[in-house]
Amino acid sequence: MQGVKNTIRTAVHLFAFLFCRMTTAAAVDPTGTNVFAPQSTPARSILHLSTFVLTITGLIFVVVFTLLVYSISKFRATSTNANSEPAQVYGSTQIELAWTIIPVLIVVVLFMATARVLHAMQDAPEPANALEVTVIGHQFWWEYRYPKLGVVTANELHIPVSDAAHPTPTFLQLLSADTDHSFWIPELAGKTDLVPNHPNRMWMDPERTGVFLGQCAQYCGTQHAKMLLRVSVDSPEDFADWVREQRQPAVADERVAAGRRVFETTSCINCHAINGTVANGRFGPDLTHLMSRTTIAAGAALNTPENLHLWIQNPDAIKHGSLMPAMQLSKSDLDELVEYLETLQ
Amino acid sequence: MSAAAIPLSETQRPWNLPYRGKVAMAGLIIAEASIFTIFVVAYLFYMGKSLTGPTPREVLETPIFFTICLLSSSLTIHYAGKVLQRGERGAFLSLWTLTIVLGGLFLFGTGQEWHRLIYEHGLTISTNLFGTTYYSLVGLHAFHVTAGMIMLMIVAIFAFAGRMGTEHSRRVEVLSLYWHFVDAVWVVVFTVVYVLGR
Amino acid sequence: MSSNTITIPGIGVEGKPWLETLHEWVTTVDHKRLGILYIVYGLGFLVVGGVEALIIRIQLMHSHNDFVSPQVFNRMFTMHGTTMIFFMVMPVLFGFANYLVPLMIGARDMAFPRLNAFSFWLSAFGGLLLYFSFLGGSGLYGAGNAPDVGWWAYAPLGARAFSPGHSTDYWTLSLLVSGFGSIGTAINIIATVLCMRCPGMKLGRMPLLVWLYLVMGGMVLIAITPLSAAQIMLLVDRYLGGHFFDTQAGGSAVLWMHFFWIFGHPEVYVLVIPAFGFSSEIIPVFSRKPIFGYPVMVAATVGIGFLSLTVWAHHMFTVGMNSYANSFFAITTMAVGIPTGIKIFNWIGTMWGGRIQFKVPMLFCIGFLFQFLIAGLTGIIQASVPVDWQLSLSYFVVAHFHYVIVGGILFATFGAFYYWYPKITGRMLSERLGKWHFWLFVIGFHLTFDVMHIPGLLGMPRRIYTYEPGRGWDTLNLIVSIGAFIQAVAILVFVWNLIISYFKGAKAGSDPWDAWTLEWSTSSPPPAYNFATVPVVASARPLWDLKHPEDPDSQYE
Repeated sequence: MQGVKNTIRTAVHLFAFLFCRMTTAAAVDPTGTNVFAPQSTPARSILHLSTFVLTITGLIFVVVFTLLVYSISKFRATSTNANSEPAQVYGSTQIELAWTIIPVLIVVVLFMATARVLHAMQDAPEPANALEVTVIGHQFWWEYRYPKLGVVTANELHIPVSDAAHPTPTFLQLLSADTDHSFWIPELAGKTDLVPNHPNRMWMDPERTGVFLGQCAQYCGTQHAKMLLRVSVDSPEDFADWVREQRQPAVADERVAAGRRVFETTSCINCHAINGTVANGRFGPDLTHLMSRTTIAAGAALNTPENLHLWIQNPDAIKHGSLMPAMQLSKSDLDELVEYLETLQ
Repeated sequence: MSAAAIPLSETQRPWNLPYRGKVAMAGLIIAEASIFTIFVVAYLFYMGKSLTGPTPREVLETPIFFTICLLSSSLTIHYAGKVLQRGERGAFLSLWTLTIVLGGLFLFGTGQEWHRLIYEHGLTISTNLFGTTYYSLVGLHAFHVTAGMIMLMIVAIFAFAGRMGTEHSRRVEVLSLYWHFVDAVWVVVFTVVYVLGR
Repeated sequence: MSSNTITIPGIGVEGKPWLETLHEWVTTVDHKRLGILYIVYGLGFLVVGGVEALIIRIQLMHSHNDFVSPQVFNRMFTMHGTTMIFFMVMPVLFGFANYLVPLMIGARDMAFPRLNAFSFWLSAFGGLLLYFSFLGGSGLYGAGNAPDVGWWAYAPLGARAFSPGHSTDYWTLSLLVSGFGSIGTAINIIATVLCMRCPGMKLGRMPLLVWLYLVMGGMVLIAITPLSAAQIMLLVDRYLGGHFFDTQAGGSAVLWMHFFWIFGHPEVYVLVIPAFGFSSEIIPVFSRKPIFGYPVMVAATVGIGFLSLTVWAHHMFTVGMNSYANSFFAITTMAVGIPTGIKIFNWIGTMWGGRIQFKVPMLFCIGFLFQFLIAGLTGIIQASVPVDWQLSLSYFVVAHFHYVIVGGILFATFGAFYYWYPKITGRMLSERLGKWHFWLFVIGFHLTFDVMHIPGLLGMPRRIYTYEPGRGWDTLNLIVSIGAFIQAVAILVFVWNLIISYFKGAKAGSDPWDAWTLEWSTSSPPPAYNFATVPVVASARPLWDLKHPEDPDSQYE
């Protein structure tokens, strides 16, 4: 019996330790994906609500746990009492009423807290100065369009930081080109799904600049695991610079004209678009400013010339099962092509 | 198992429990009602949402006659059960056969309607949302009518061979329950497809 | 299995040729044999589903592992979920229902023995059909292989366009077939309980397990058919060019989710309610007191049955329903926790003032109580919609539902195995091995599923075949995987116990636990006809009345 108590005590200590480690990890690791490290109003509201809910459920746990431990230790069969049966009690109406009414009250309180936060977040009106981004989920990459700014990009989202005094939130419209996906950046907001034929809406107002990570959270096929998210929260000036650069057509450097020719005369243009060339494909990511991105293949690899080589020649080596076909280019064509792509700032 | 601790009243009380055939059929009906509900919900949800193709208003004709056939078959099967209980085999055979004829007419009417829809209006299950939900719902019902018809015909064969008697009343009643259910489903399908849907 | 032979002292019974024994088992309509068939079938798939889980856990031991390819991993989690729910838990629970319900109500068999056999073989065939998918030919990209669309097969992932080949069809057809088997068994259970009770056994005198199976049967009827309907619609889409879930034609992916979860949520209550039943039989016997609040337990179960039909969209909080719909499902989900909590209190009330014996069945039920409490509370946490916007689709949910199914249902079911094995086989399971099984499993379970909540809170989504280093998930996943292997060892101990005790276990006699319900009044194993004379009862604990004629329950009714 003592052994059981000790085990339980050890388990509780282990829990407390892991919980503390996790919450402090949040403070230490600024680009993590920790629900306990909110950097935006939605994530913060959720954390406050979670703390409230966790406190209540924690209290319930402590009470019932104590009753359980007490009953299995106090009412054990011992050598002295094991020979007779205890009093045969069938029930008690008062006790039943008590432990019905109290849970009902707890549920009412929990629900009211939930409904309040739920409505505030989900039905928040969109202010006039909000940035609007349309997110389109694909198997297995993210398309971003800024309808009012004329920007089309992929996989790495740039949004402005929001000052608490003069908030400039970002409102995302979520669409899908194929199956279901889900947009989840834990430190900025809860997740919302991208469902075909069912537009969704979410918003966030990041409190500090930096890079925020996440990934697709709704199983969407073979490479669901590598449909990563990378959100760069920029200062207003940096964001304006970024927008201006993204609106330019592609760099047209004569030195890499050979590579551009390879691009334009191969089936690349069936899937990809490069603004300022004939390429206007929508199935794959827009490559106009490919070099403004840190990663390729929706975060599956760093954006280096070696990785670009590998990705074009054998995508399965980086992301087995992605929908990018192996392009079967000759070595010289591939080298020229990558040289060209490397100029697309 | 001694009866010493059991109060005498327990052993003397009459102990009547429901007939298990009826309970089982009720269970089956609940399960089938659930499956039909989902198809009805799909039909209602997709009403007016087809992107192309013929609409219900353009192509559907209300099958009043065949509905009357099917619903009257519920009456005839009810009375068939009653006369079988009284042992009137001849009357049973007539009413039972009439039930089958009425059910068969309904199926014929459905087939006729589908023929018209497919060949005159080009509406198939793959045409649009209306086609998909219409043929699925009406088809699921027709499938259940067909299954019922097969059971009815098996009983008819026994009746023609002179082997149906009062002792089979309970089983016939169980089968009638199924048939009534199929009719009740048609009332719902009819309302949803031909009344609400247009 | 000598249950069908009547031994005459002095005259030996000749051993039967094994072919004849096999034929008897394949053609049996005896509820006891069918019960055993269901249970053994389920245990087989416990091992298979467990191997799939171990493959998953090896792959996830550290970031960027390449133990299996993404395609294989995706098949593993799809098959693991589908197998464990439909071909492990359901058969084992139907097996116990088949074995126990007629015995507990003083009947000689189920209401429809042949339907019983038919339902078993339908369900069994479904499982074999699902696994045939591994062999069923190959198409484009190995598309003829096992299903890999998750056990929910969300639209449009299950459509022809995104699931070429036949793997999704194996999923659809195997579940359609076994679903019909489940409906047959549910009809049988309901008809048996309502129509075959022995004289004197009014509904208010039935063992709680029988009540719980009655409610479970009703729920199966209402909840399994929506899945069948959705699967028929999926087949129409895939083979007849239908557009039920074809978003290009105006169809709705969300509609599939609604239909699936209208099935899926009541389904998990279908799974847990018999576990409640096992606890409601075991805890009183090992506390030496009647169940506390029998009428309230019945009412709470019926309440859970009804309420569970209203909560389904709490699986869809991230899908983008409007705030009123989200609020509705939040309150219904929280509300269903109330009758569930009441049951936990009543079990504690049963133990309170008792003389608790810590035999292995009771150990497992105590584990069930602790773990189900935690599982229910993490459920309440997720019912708070905004919180669920973070927790949904992450490993927090995976931890939660494994807490319910493994920590709750499987523990109670292990208790049931240890409690009724003596009745079924005539021999006791080894207490020593049972305790090894229990403690190993507790350690492994908590190592895996307590820790598993944390990666979810650190942003790890579910159904990913690998993950990035530097997210803080590596060590935690390693611990989770180690726990899985400990659980596997515990299961091996359990299986060994089942086998060795059959041959070497102590003889059990008819009533090894000094219990009070009718199944303990007949021999172990019972004869084919169950009872020499049909019992007549005057209370919910007929054997208590016989053993305590000075203080029978019938006095208090």
